[in-house]
Amino acid sequence: MSALRELYQEVILDHNKSPRNFRTMPDATRTVEGYNPLCGDHYTLFLKLEDDVIKDLSFIGSGCAISKASASVMGSVLKGKTRAEAEELFQSFHKLVKGEIDAAEHPEKLGKLAAFSGVSEFPVRVKCASLAWHTLHAALESSDTTVSTEEA
Amino acid sequence: MHTHEATVDVDLVERWHTIAGCRHHFPLLRQRVNGKALVYLDNAATSQKPQVVIDTMMRYYQEENSNIHRGVHYLSERATRAYEAAREKVREFLNASDYREIVFVRGTTEAINLVAQTYGRRNIGTGDEVLISTMEHHSNIVPWQLLCEEKGAKLRVIPINDEGEILIDEYSTLLNERTKIVSIVHVSNALGTINPVKQMIAMAHARGIPVMIDGAQAVPHMKVDVQDLDCDFYAFSSHKVFGPTGVGILYGKRGLLEDMPPYQGGGDMIKSVTFEKTVYNDLPYKFEAGTPNIAGGLGLAAAIDYMANLDMQALASYEHDILQYASETISAIRGVRIIGTAKQKAAVLSFVIEGIHPHDVGTILDVEGIAIRTGHHCAQPVMRRFGVSATSRASFAFYNTKEEVDVLVRGIQKVIEVLG
Repeated sequence: MSALRELYQEVILDHNKSPRNFRTMPDATRTVEGYNPLCGDHYTLFLKLEDDVIKDLSFIGSGCAISKASASVMGSVLKGKTRAEAEELFQSFHKLVKGEIDAAEHPEKLGKLAAFSGVSEFPVRVKCASLAWHTLHAALESSDTTVSTEEA
Repeated sequence: MHTHEATVDVDLVERWHTIAGCRHHFPLLRQRVNGKALVYLDNAATSQKPQVVIDTMMRYYQEENSNIHRGVHYLSERATRAYEAAREKVREFLNASDYREIVFVRGTTEAINLVAQTYGRRNIGTGDEVLISTMEHHSNIVPWQLLCEEKGAKLRVIPINDEGEILIDEYSTLLNERTKIVSIVHVSNALGTINPVKQMIAMAHARGIPVMIDGAQAVPHMKVDVQDLDCDFYAFSSHKVFGPTGVGILYGKRGLLEDMPPYQGGGDMIKSVTFEKTVYNDLPYKFEAGTPNIAGGLGLAAAIDYMANLDMQALASYEHDILQYASETISAIRGVRIIGTAKQKAAVLSFVIEGIHPHDVGTILDVEGIAIRTGHHCAQPVMRRFGVSATSRASFAFYNTKEEVDVLVRGIQKVIEVLG
């Protein structure tokens, strides 16, 4: 049970039940779809980028608790961050869910993202946690496209 | 499976016990997963193997390994005899009339591709139609799509009702003079529906249309008799029927197979080769290019021998009882909906829990030592038909028990507790 509680932490359950920034964005500068064909997770990410700063970030779609909470938390963490800061957080998040860094050692860097530390105990769920981040990465890198976990 | 009675006689209960007692023949089932006794309910994905299958394959590599056909030495003859004896076992298992109608392939998927690429390419042209159903596995959709794309033919789909049953009247209407082949699943992997294939075959034959049956999910649960069904092609995979992976069977009526061009070229499928002309081998070898999965074929034969010793009637009835018990207890949980409620069902139970994604269900059950499958089950169109992107699926074999159903029910309750 403890590994499960580590995975489904309160923050994750809360963001899954009431996802933040769960809306479309008509004036988005970039719109990217993220898709995990293995389990059917499917999100559309809306990004408003102004002078390299993420002014707004929202998403719609459906999927498992981990993927939805991850998209929700990502949005609330990244608003106001620069592109470079977002990329750095993406790298840290990726290392966290793969178990390459310990959440306890980087409390300031990770902030709310630390809630996803339990994912590393469930290797098949890493893709769920990273789907939104990979989608964002694509949105920051290029124009509108579709991201699949099977190419990530 | 179709004759379950509310009151069961004592004799049948005793025969059930004999069936359930076979569980100890499966060494893998004895292990613990995540500190819990393994509850393996992913049999529609692949079944576990009895010790005798494992031993047969090990003995082959320890004592018999040699390439078959053409060899003149002792081991090659021995391996050839064993492999051809395996073919004979399969013939008997399906009640085919001739060993030449039994083609070894890699699995159901390859069998369907073989028929699409040989029979299909020769007989299907522009404007023709291939008829499948809504509940097909991707392996009985994509090979036909590829063919239709190449030939300018049309893939048509028989609709199903909300229970997950084929609409026979619609099927009847869809059969027409442009229909060149019907290819349908015997038992749906996603819903568990047992389709009335014998009736459907007769209806197609009345119009002179051949029928291929995807039997991957049928053979583990029921006796299949290809002559009684009168199907033109029948495919199944060894690994779903307690044999090894990497081997499967295509049954085809001899007349049809004779007229079909080869599938792959190579060794073993030829009689003579010059740079000008190749003479193809006789059936079934014409379709068996290259060294086959010999150990796999022998393993399948051992699995068939094992099945032959089981009381199939008691097995079907026992599985039906498990399915009924699981359906009742699981559907009684608040927020759970069963997807696929056909009157005729094999022991496959797909369900969704309101507000909880199947992927999360799978993870939490795994922590409890329960193995189920979550996702679209390689049948995305049927998922769409039911308005879901994925389900959780528990699929049973004769070695599963009611106690395991109870563990599953408690597991689902825990899922709701954690995520509900």
